[in-house]
Amino acid sequence: MAMNQPDNFDIQERQKSIRTKGRQSQPINCQADSIAGCVSQRACVYCGARVVLNPVTDAVHLVHGPIGCASYTWDIRGSLSSGSDLFRYSFSTDLREEDIIFGGERKLTRCIDELAERYHPQVMLVYSTCIVGVIGDDLEAICRKASLQHGIKVIPVQSSGFSGNKSDGYRVACEVLLRMIATPEDVPRQAHHLNYLGDFNLAGEAWIIRGYLQEMGIHVNVAFTGDSSYETLRTAPTASLNIIQCAGSMGYMAKRMQEIYGIPFLNISFLGLEDTVESLRRISAFFGDPLIASRTEALIQREMAIYGPTIQNYRRRLQGKKAAIFVGGGFKAISLIKQFRELGMEVVMVGTQTGQPEEYDTIHQLVSDGTVVLDDANPSELERFMLEQGADLLVGGVKERPLAFKLGRAFIDHNHERKHPLSGFTGAANFAREVEETVCSPVWKYLDK
Amino acid sequence: MNAQKDRVRNVNENPCNMCMPLGAIVPFKGIENAMVIIHGSQGCATYMRRHMAEHFNEPIDVASSSITEKGTIYGGEANLRQGLDNLIRLYNPRVVGILSTCLAETIGEDIVGTASVYQQEKGHSPVPRLVPVPTPGYGGSHAEGYFKALVSIVATLCRKTRKHDGINVIVPHISPADVREIRRILELMKVNYTLLPDIADTLDSPYTKVYKKIPAGGTPLEAIEAMADARATIQFGETMDDDLSPGNYLESKYGVPLHNLPLPIGIEACDRFLALLQTLTLNPVPEVLQKERGRLLDAMVDSHKYNREGHAAVFGEPETVYAISRLLVENGIAPAILATGSAKGHLPYLLQQLTAECDEKALIMMDSDFADIRRHCAGKGINLAIGSSDGRLLTEREGIPLVRLGFPIHDRIGGQRILSLGYTGTIMLLDQITNTLLAAKYSHYRQDLYQRFYPDRPSSMEQ
Repeated sequence: MAMNQPDNFDIQERQKSIRTKGRQSQPINCQADSIAGCVSQRACVYCGARVVLNPVTDAVHLVHGPIGCASYTWDIRGSLSSGSDLFRYSFSTDLREEDIIFGGERKLTRCIDELAERYHPQVMLVYSTCIVGVIGDDLEAICRKASLQHGIKVIPVQSSGFSGNKSDGYRVACEVLLRMIATPEDVPRQAHHLNYLGDFNLAGEAWIIRGYLQEMGIHVNVAFTGDSSYETLRTAPTASLNIIQCAGSMGYMAKRMQEIYGIPFLNISFLGLEDTVESLRRISAFFGDPLIASRTEALIQREMAIYGPTIQNYRRRLQGKKAAIFVGGGFKAISLIKQFRELGMEVVMVGTQTGQPEEYDTIHQLVSDGTVVLDDANPSELERFMLEQGADLLVGGVKERPLAFKLGRAFIDHNHERKHPLSGFTGAANFAREVEETVCSPVWKYLDK
Repeated sequence: MNAQKDRVRNVNENPCNMCMPLGAIVPFKGIENAMVIIHGSQGCATYMRRHMAEHFNEPIDVASSSITEKGTIYGGEANLRQGLDNLIRLYNPRVVGILSTCLAETIGEDIVGTASVYQQEKGHSPVPRLVPVPTPGYGGSHAEGYFKALVSIVATLCRKTRKHDGINVIVPHISPADVREIRRILELMKVNYTLLPDIADTLDSPYTKVYKKIPAGGTPLEAIEAMADARATIQFGETMDDDLSPGNYLESKYGVPLHNLPLPIGIEACDRFLALLQTLTLNPVPEVLQKERGRLLDAMVDSHKYNREGHAAVFGEPETVYAISRLLVENGIAPAILATGSAKGHLPYLLQQLTAECDEKALIMMDSDFADIRRHCAGKGINLAIGSSDGRLLTEREGIPLVRLGFPIHDRIGGQRILSLGYTGTIMLLDQITNTLLAAKYSHYRQDLYQRFYPDRPSSMEQ
């Protein structure tokens, strides 16, 4: 399919971030700043920090800045809670012109006082936004003072938007979490207890995995940060293993927890049958307990007996279809490539907002020749490669969805807003069903492609 | 009586508004072959795109100058210039809106100066017309951002050449379906008009075989330029201060007479709009519109008894809140709580005039948030909320059904297709309001009456 505007793609600096397997051998350029004017799909430091921290259910999340940053992140994500729902509320210092001129510190203090009095939270997270970094409010000092005054943890989140990209925001969030779980004395290690890092309990995904592990005889102390609370997070240092789903956001946390608490970690993935089975076996192998091992096999056998045939049914309908992927992190892209393989589908384009070099290496190995791999893509590139590569479907987030639809392509919502789980065996079946529902919908035949 | 500003609180809890640059994007999306760049950090553009894409169900391409740490310290001009270069190469637009952000304004970026130098330097090649709009996030709500962009658009692009008999029609932030309805009415009245901004096709674009990065439609540049020479301006923008009123600008700068009207929602406002068009064009109201008017009257009568049971909370952008409040008053629905997140403008005065005669005193809230709105709704017999999907907690927590209208609609499909103005749109909206009241009645009247009157009922009802 020819491009209607062939010169659209003429941005030299972008070429280094686009690779076609089998045609270009140099490694892809990633982790670079977005180029001005290219319409990057990436967000900012604040976004990264907010995504990771927001699912802490009983925290007051106070955004220090003008109203927009709070408005655009208010209750937009599908993290579920078994307890408090304070995290679904948006709190902002709503800075105005006069605050910019005279400084926002006094207003911030008043806001913290009000919230402490009204909600009595154990922890309050105070996010800095772009201008807070510029007008020089001393967040650290204000939070320290407020902590003492109210007898609660008030923790600054240094997330001024311009101070890096979304990945830097992940790291900021990890530092905050480390502060929250810090213990003054050594804690006893509990055998068969683990922490589950990088699952935000979208549509109850962390609950599904917790259920599997429980059945295997393994207790999840806490998920970072899906359905977590101040109390449960504090139990993290006693775990004997960290497993990481979203490596992009939580890889750093796992490394730091290994340094500080000596807790080893495993990168796992519960997206797709193949990865789920392998991940459960690796977790079981880590504990080296025959009872856990036999329970794990029983679980796998039972679930595969239910969901294996389901996936096969969908595979028959989807075989040979072509998929394009554009998601936030590298781990998700990698799992998706395998998941599409389970469905007999070929991945013809794969990109991420914030993938890391080693993740792109893995992606490169997994895909076939001719697949386009790209970092920090923009709508023009997504359009071009979806058409050129003949993708039947795109996996992405809210911003990409209407583009796919305008191009007459099916679409999978693999974002934080989703309302059905895509993790574990049941999630793999949901994924297959969603792919089938969109790719095989009757509506496409009416479009004049 | 002054508008309620009872936020003794400092904290904003569950916001009822967004920031200026988001509002300012919309008018540029209603100009033919236009693009927008936001001078700020990458996140601003991305968040606003997401917010809008989910409402309009359309790709929303907005560039960013992606200011980083370095730009914040040494100035972001180079970023903005590179951003302009790249977006012009990618999109080849005829008009580019340059919107600042809280970051850009705070570090002292001069977008007006940069735009003017850029335009001059690149004058030899086809450079799009640049329209800088200072929109710091702390400077007002998205509603003000919308009008501020419109003022900048007319101030930058309009130029006086030769008088013509066209009529400017300036609309506030309404849905593409609403814009289409205004166009239909203008066409039925055989008006020679320029409608600004025209998002009818750009933010609700039909499926076409070939995708266009900048969707077809929007007000053409030449038509905007000629607005300075129009015979009159009709503006649906009574709530905005003069400095945020493009109609006022055209009147004071170019002498184009301004007719400021409320949005044509409800019989009175529609009649005023049609009467004005009749006066300006000397054309009669065609039979098709007369019949629609008659049907609206019929609908009002059909539903009036049900509507009297309504006690409504309305929230959203000032222009919409005013128009909906008028509709409620006309139909005997109590306008109990009237709230906006905006802090400025004539809305309090207009609402006080409007509700002066109401049996129930209306609570008018400026600069409000959903914590305020919810608190005032609780236990007050409010049985209807009208506004964006951001009011969802009113339903979830207070059990008050929400008629979705305005921006954003994030938890339902079709925000871009909601029609609620003109005689026909009013009927659709009014029916929806009445049916929401009826749905509540049907869901519990049997039980209510049993509870209240059945003498031998057990003390605690099972079920």
